[in-house]
Amino acid sequence: MPPLLEARGLTAGYGETNVLHGIDFAVEEGGVTALLGANGAGKTTTLRALCGMIRRGGEIAFAGQRIERAATEDIVRRGVGHVPDGRGTFMELTVEENLRLGAYTRRDRAGVAADIARLFDYFPRLRERLRQQAGTLSGGEQQMLAIARALLVRPRLLLLDEPSFGLAPLIVRDIFHILRRINTEERMSILVVEQNASLALDLADHAYLLETGRIVVSGTAAAIRQDEAVRRSYLGY
Amino acid sequence: MDADRTVSSGRFGLTQALGMGAFLAVMVGFAFIADSYHLFQLTMVVAYAVAVLGLTLLTGYTGQISLGQGAFFAIGSYSTAILMANYDWPYWATLPVAAAVSALVGFLIGFPALRLGGLYLALTTFALAVSVPQILKVNALSDFTGGVQGLTMDKAEAPFGLPLTGDQWIYLFSLGVGCLMFLLAWNLTRGRTGRAMMAVREQAVAAEAMGVGLAALKIRTFAVSAMITGIGGALSAIAVQFVAPDSFNFFLSITLFVGLVVGGVDSIPGALFGGAFIEFIPNIANDISKAAPGAIYGAILIGFMFALPRGVGGGVMAMLRRARRRPLPEVR
Amino acid sequence: MNGLLHQIASGIASGAIYASVALALVMIYQATHHVNFAQGEMATLSTFVALTLIHAGVPFWGAFVLTILLSFALGVVVERILMRPMMNAPVLSSVGVFIGLLLVINALDGWIFGFTIKSFPSPFHAAHPLLGGYVSPHEIGETGLTVVVLTLVWLFFRYTTLGLAMRAAAYNPVSARLCGVRVNRMLGLGWGLAAAIGAAAGIMVAPVVFLDPNMMSGILLYAFAGALLGGIDSPLGAVIGGFVVGVLENLFGAYVVGTELKLTVALMIIVAVLLARPAGLFGRAVQSRV
Repeated sequence: MPPLLEARGLTAGYGETNVLHGIDFAVEEGGVTALLGANGAGKTTTLRALCGMIRRGGEIAFAGQRIERAATEDIVRRGVGHVPDGRGTFMELTVEENLRLGAYTRRDRAGVAADIARLFDYFPRLRERLRQQAGTLSGGEQQMLAIARALLVRPRLLLLDEPSFGLAPLIVRDIFHILRRINTEERMSILVVEQNASLALDLADHAYLLETGRIVVSGTAAAIRQDEAVRRSYLGY
Repeated sequence: MDADRTVSSGRFGLTQALGMGAFLAVMVGFAFIADSYHLFQLTMVVAYAVAVLGLTLLTGYTGQISLGQGAFFAIGSYSTAILMANYDWPYWATLPVAAAVSALVGFLIGFPALRLGGLYLALTTFALAVSVPQILKVNALSDFTGGVQGLTMDKAEAPFGLPLTGDQWIYLFSLGVGCLMFLLAWNLTRGRTGRAMMAVREQAVAAEAMGVGLAALKIRTFAVSAMITGIGGALSAIAVQFVAPDSFNFFLSITLFVGLVVGGVDSIPGALFGGAFIEFIPNIANDISKAAPGAIYGAILIGFMFALPRGVGGGVMAMLRRARRRPLPEVR
Repeated sequence: MNGLLHQIASGIASGAIYASVALALVMIYQATHHVNFAQGEMATLSTFVALTLIHAGVPFWGAFVLTILLSFALGVVVERILMRPMMNAPVLSSVGVFIGLLLVINALDGWIFGFTIKSFPSPFHAAHPLLGGYVSPHEIGETGLTVVVLTLVWLFFRYTTLGLAMRAAAYNPVSARLCGVRVNRMLGLGWGLAAAIGAAAGIMVAPVVFLDPNMMSGILLYAFAGALLGGIDSPLGAVIGGFVVGVLENLFGAYVVGTELKLTVALMIIVAVLLARPAGLFGRAVQSRV
């Protein structure tokens, strides 16, 4: 079976500067793939390129269809949920309105209601804050809201940009625990970008290491964990 | 990229000097080949260019939007007109007074401007533009301002028995004053003050952290900008020999603003193009369509903005940069 | 006392118009961070269209609805043709385009419909003086209709999914795209809606101030002042600001400085208020970043 998402020779950049210099990677159906790398390696750029938010080239196949020319809105509508860097919260709107926007493309009211109820199982805090302005939420709560919003699109693939960023370790553990459940219970395929390599490798089954816009190491999570270079530079032991 | 622009406009090499000299020679040459109507038009180009130049400093360099620059133009015009018509001052002696009065008003407007940014400042200056003609019409002042009728002045003549007609002389006189103003602005915008002004536009907070005295700089820019535009107004009053409140309605402010954006907001030579646009495009529009010249004017303006969103100044800079094969600065 | 009540009532009536135009300005500002200086001229054009329809024998309310729809389309077209190509241009250049559009529409109005001042029929009549004769039937009807329009707009943004998507696209276009919202289409809708609201205001004010190509220029200025007074990023503030400006303007014109200088004085007062509250009465102060 072909992978759910496959990028070949993906290039991307801002203005006239290229950040990605032709990378190949894939996400298996139902699997979790991690993109690791230091600051500025091109991790966020990769996710933005997948969703058509910046200039890009190369081939991207999603669920058997080419999407490298599609607009962001259409890529989302085809089943890619994106939790962007900075979480993309609509600060001025309430939590409930943020969630309604997540389900904007859907017409099945009953299905949306059921999904929201199920998401409250994962993120009970959101239920308590439903009528609150999203800008008043804590960082962890905003991250939960962003994940919930992306899941309400009913994606086949969830893109996560640094879900641990700026959060306290306990909250990070919570969120990764929930992501694990979402992967197993919902059979959700995930592509996660993380600076915290050890955290990401716990969740992932496959991983790629990015350095200045090129993939330098790839393999199963277990193999990557054993890799000398990765261990020394990114895991710190 | 702005730093880059300063460098290229601040460098005054031999080529630039020769270019400037040739340009000035052509401008002076016009005095002897153009008929009196065209000389009048060219004088007005210079007056408007000087007025736009004031706006370039204020809006282009420090980013403070003024939709009321016409008010300073009016103040300069009326200062000159009142002194000439009521007190028989010679035209040249009125210029320092016009400059001082405009600068003073600009200085006073500069204070509320400190607190108001962006659109709020735009509204405040716009209010100024709207109120000036109304104030000029007020009966209590009409002994002074001539009320709705306005004031008429005598035609200026060439001094020292020079063999020049009045029109030729006024044109050359305006050209000389205009050159002074452009030199002043050019001097002001290069080097430290210019960088500080642009820092105000880009990032007020960072500018303050850099040690730029933000308040003083903003007020000073307002005063200088008002002074230069006021001198433009004075030149136009001398050339037109007539002032009336309705020549200074808010549409004048809009027109000066148009001159600014077509010339390029932060381009000093661009102001000259802006002046020409203000003087000539309405006539061209009128030639194209007598029925709706405003529509043609508006369409030309829109087309211009589409073709050169950064104005003529910005367009020329981009062309030069391309010619030197310098890569465009990265936009982040 | 009677005179005062009368002045306040007609102040509220003109305030309703300013409030509508102010709301139109704020809607476009929120979505694009531009102030549409041509908003008034677009409304004037719509009012001319309405008058033409009425003269052609269309009943008033039919012409009203038809004009609103046409104006909506005009707004969408203007956004598509003029604004979208300028999306990445410097702000001041967009202002240049707005000014150009203002001039084009103004001149076309005069060319097609003439510069003479035209009277415009009011749909509101009454057999007896209303409210003790302090207000004309048109003032009551016009204020009522404006309040209905503003309420509908508010309900639309507050309770419909489309309204929510439009707000989302204005606040955070990147995130909105990631929710599948077609942001460009939302911008077009916003322009259409603003043009429609402006058209309603134009038709309602024309019987009072009479119709000519420059009908809306003064009104736009008051509306702009109202929007800034309320806070340019607050729709509710803009509406309240519009009403405040209307009442202030009337009172000053009647009692303090006369009609000649009322505009000047009204503006001075607003500037004074802004000095005390630079972000407007209901606006949020913009965070400065280093």
